[in-house]
Amino acid sequence: MRPPRFLWVPFELGRPFGAPGDPAFQTKVLRAVLALLEREDGPVILDDFPEDAPATSEDAATGWVCPIGLPKPAAASEPAMLAEVLREVAQLAPWYAYAHEARGRSTFGVSGLEIEPVARFLHAFFDGMPGNPVAGVTLGEAFRLVCEDLRSWYLEAATARPGAGAATSRALADWFWGETAAGRLLLALQTICAKSADDGVRHVAVSQLVPRAQRHRQINLQSGDST
Amino acid sequence: MVRLTDLPEVDARHLVSKECPPFDSEPWVAGPPLRERRVAIVTSAGLHRRGDRSFAIQDIGYRVIPGDLPASELVMTHSSVNFDRTGFQQDTNLVFPIDRLNELAAAGEIGSVARFHYSVMGAGWLPHEIEPTAVELAGLLKEDAVNAVLLSPV
Repeated sequence: MRPPRFLWVPFELGRPFGAPGDPAFQTKVLRAVLALLEREDGPVILDDFPEDAPATSEDAATGWVCPIGLPKPAAASEPAMLAEVLREVAQLAPWYAYAHEARGRSTFGVSGLEIEPVARFLHAFFDGMPGNPVAGVTLGEAFRLVCEDLRSWYLEAATARPGAGAATSRALADWFWGETAAGRLLLALQTICAKSADDGVRHVAVSQLVPRAQRHRQINLQSGDST
Repeated sequence: MVRLTDLPEVDARHLVSKECPPFDSEPWVAGPPLRERRVAIVTSAGLHRRGDRSFAIQDIGYRVIPGDLPASELVMTHSSVNFDRTGFQQDTNLVFPIDRLNELAAAGEIGSVARFHYSVMGAGWLPHEIEPTAVELAGLLKEDAVNAVLLSPV
C-alpha cells in the first residue's frame, strides 16, 4: 500500500488517538497527522508517531483487580448460570448507572434491549433457538448485537470505579472473560452456537463472539499454561 | 497501528497472514495550507448515530455523522471483536476526534470542520468491494467543500 500521507501510531487496536480522557495527547496525535498535509516530499509519505500512549507501561498493566467482588461463577452447563449473571448485573448496576451519568453517554443498547432481557435472550440458547427480539435484523445479527451489549454494559460498569483508568484493555478483557458469569456464558455459547442450525448465529459464534486472544488464553488455561 | 510485538502472538500471526493487494496508483495531491483546510473524518470504526441502522457483519455501506452530533449519540457496531472497545466507551474522541478537530478550528490551526463526517465498517470486505462506497463518499465530501480527509482506523 502506498498512500499519499500515512502516520503509523504505536497504540493498541481500538485506540487510534492514544488514550481516553487525555485531550492533550489526542491533540498531539491529531496535529502530527494533519501536519502531513503541509509536507511537499510526496508522492508517498510514511511517518511514525514517536510516542507511546500514556499509562501503557507494564507497571500500569499489572496489579489491576476489579474492585467489584463478584461471586465465583458456576459451571456453564448449570441452569443457575442465568441467575448468576443476573446477580452480577444487580451488583454492577450502580456502577453502570454512575458511568452513564458521569460520562453522559453509553455505548450499550445497540440491540435495543435492556440488560436483563439481554441476559435472558442469550441464556435461552441453552434450550434451543430463541425467537429474535430485535426487529429489522436477522437472528444472527441480533445475536451479535446482544453479545456486544452484554460486554459493553459490564465493561462500562467496571471502568467507572476510581483507579480503573489505569487498567489496561487486556486486564479488563481478562476480567470479563475469565472472572465473570457473563464471560462464562458467552464462552459456553460459542461452543453451543457453533453448531447452530441458523447460518448467521453459527457464523457469529465461530468468528465474532470471543476475541481470538481470549480463545487462545482459555485454551492455555485449560491446558495448565497460565500465560 | 500497534506494534506486532505488542500483540498476543495469535493476533500478530493473524494480521501478518492477511493479504494486502498493492494499488497501481500513488494519488498524491498538493493543497492549501492547513489553516485553509476544511477537514472531514472518515472512520472505519463502524460508528453511527444511536437509532441509525447498525452495521451488518459484512457491510460495505456508510453512515452519516453530522458534525454537530453530540458525541454521546455515537455507538459502535463494528463486527470484529478483536480490538479494545473500553477506550471508546470512556472517550469518543479516542476513536472519533471531533472535539479535538473543533478545538483546532477554533484556534485557527485548521480552516474549518466539515458539516458531515462518515463511518464505514472496516472488516469483512476486500478493497475493490468498497470502491463504490469510496467513490460516493468522495462526491459527498466534495459537495461539502472538504479538501482534507482524516481517514481513521480503529
